[in-house]
Amino acid sequence: MGDKFVGTPKKASVHVNQNEDLIFEKSSPGKKAYRLSELDVPAVDAAALLGDAVRTDLGVMPELSEIEIVRHFTRLSTWNYAIDLGMFPLGSCTMKYNGRVNELVARLEGLAEAHPYQPESLSQGVLEIMQVLSDSLLDITGMDSITLQPAAGAHGEFTGILLVRAYHESKGNPRKKILIPDSAHGTNPATAAVVGYQVQNLKSNAEGMVDLAELEKLVDEDTAALMLTNPSTIGVFESEIHKIADILHAKGALLYMDGANMNALVGKVRPGDFGVDVMHLNLHKTFSTPHGGGGPGSGPVACKKILEPFLPTPVLATKNDGTLTLDYNRPQSVGRVRAWYGNFGMFIRALAYILANGPDGLRQTTEDAVLNANYLRAKLEDVFDLPFKTASMHEVVFSDKLQAKNGVKTGDMGKRLLDYGFHAYTVSFPLIVAGAMMIEPTESESREELDLLIDALRQIAREAEENPELVKTAPHTTRLRRLDETTAARKPILRWKAPAASTPLTPDTAAKEW
Amino acid sequence: MAYPTEYRYTKEHEWIAADGRIGITDYAQSTLGDIVFVELPAVGAELNAGQSFGTVESVKAVSDLYSPVNGKVLEVNEALNSAPESVNADANGTWMIKAEFDASQLENLLTAEAYEKFVSEETGH
Repeated sequence: MGDKFVGTPKKASVHVNQNEDLIFEKSSPGKKAYRLSELDVPAVDAAALLGDAVRTDLGVMPELSEIEIVRHFTRLSTWNYAIDLGMFPLGSCTMKYNGRVNELVARLEGLAEAHPYQPESLSQGVLEIMQVLSDSLLDITGMDSITLQPAAGAHGEFTGILLVRAYHESKGNPRKKILIPDSAHGTNPATAAVVGYQVQNLKSNAEGMVDLAELEKLVDEDTAALMLTNPSTIGVFESEIHKIADILHAKGALLYMDGANMNALVGKVRPGDFGVDVMHLNLHKTFSTPHGGGGPGSGPVACKKILEPFLPTPVLATKNDGTLTLDYNRPQSVGRVRAWYGNFGMFIRALAYILANGPDGLRQTTEDAVLNANYLRAKLEDVFDLPFKTASMHEVVFSDKLQAKNGVKTGDMGKRLLDYGFHAYTVSFPLIVAGAMMIEPTESESREELDLLIDALRQIAREAEENPELVKTAPHTTRLRRLDETTAARKPILRWKAPAASTPLTPDTAAKEW
Repeated sequence: MAYPTEYRYTKEHEWIAADGRIGITDYAQSTLGDIVFVELPAVGAELNAGQSFGTVESVKAVSDLYSPVNGKVLEVNEALNSAPESVNADANGTWMIKAEFDASQLENLLTAEAYEKFVSEETGH
């Protein structure tokens, strides 16, 4: 009676609620999810026209019915975690809620269907959106000129440093190196290297800020710029930023600001006023356009007058009759950095966000983001180590020092947070904090939601003390348990190998509609 | 923790042996976590003290490898391409490159004792 039916275990593990094959693996020959309409032009003989090049099969294509395709993708979509399901306290990423009004405006027919080949006379509305957005961003940053072209933050950095290089070249010497603090985003040194500069590391002081004495020692006639994130990646405002700018400017070097954390400054203080020469903005972070797989991103670059001649082409301009135009006649420009004019759909959403909030709304957004981070800090600093006591801005960085004594690391606690229904915070970044736990609640979360997160994290701290194994083996209630990240990185499986069979090129003969 | 006394060390957590072998310390490998990739220079490449000669990638982060000395790359440990985990298993015994260099430079580097003191100051325990 060894094969007596006893039912499935409590948690079905091999059925579709837990597993989903690749769409290719679900395929079986002859299934279709489409039917072409009757041919209403004379048929041609493909073989006669194409000779040897004619296909006899379709290669390997998935063959499924319509409902199978619908279910496949719908099931996959339910396995995502999303801001519409819960909080993303992912430090450095600014996973704020993106208001539905943005989407409503972006879907207006005249905007959604606008084509880049439309004549300028029919594109005035589109150009005006770009103009009003540019003016708003310049107002917010205190800078003089802007390009909306870059398609992401790192692309913005690249564009900004190209401007720096073009500026120094116009003075006869591109210079050799770019200074980058050890707390920087990894994209900063990558940008500097791609633009042809040597990277020089700048150590942070005990408060996590730029060490002015060290900076003074390192800046010389070979320094092209300092790339600085403000507030820094530990969520601290560089209070001596104007002195940093003065030290650089005294040697002819420029100050680049990575604007990734601009959501802590909007409406309160302007980079243009504290000495920044060039910076990028992340519309997909600060200005509530989608990101994290939803994108695309958008990384406008704003600069001071001295860099304006080098901006990518085309730039927006106003003609004598008051209409807007795109100016390509820019002899000193670094050239185009992207096809067309940038990710225009994001410009609409960012502008919708700016106009819906207005100046006071944007200011309150900043204040709420900072208040939320400090609330978390105050409610958690007795259970987690706080490596930098300097006042926090929009995010707070703890470390796993207290829990690591029991073998519980930041990554373990991040995974345990999934069991409580939250996305993990950012682990192991910034690199200057060993075992970093970087938490950014954004302004979107209510007091009630923050209290839930606080409760979860305090529980986890207690578990780490009393039952460390529970945390070290988390997550326990997710669809998949802990994955083997090391093997995945050392022996990645990057390609699905098709079976030998290929899809025949058969005519559609089924009578049934789907 | 074991730091062989016949090696010299840097504050960037590399060790160098008198025969020119260069690797990373046991403290470095344990801080980095599981190492998944090591990128090394070509044989013959120039080494500058304090400058990056390659990178090491773990599940957590990508970090630069800094040369302890001025010199030239004599040999590269190709075995690390397929077995980067040997750095985790035996950091002291797993060299990354062999350098040709002027041995007088060793005097400027940390002894095992001084390095151990530096690490304990840096980590606070």
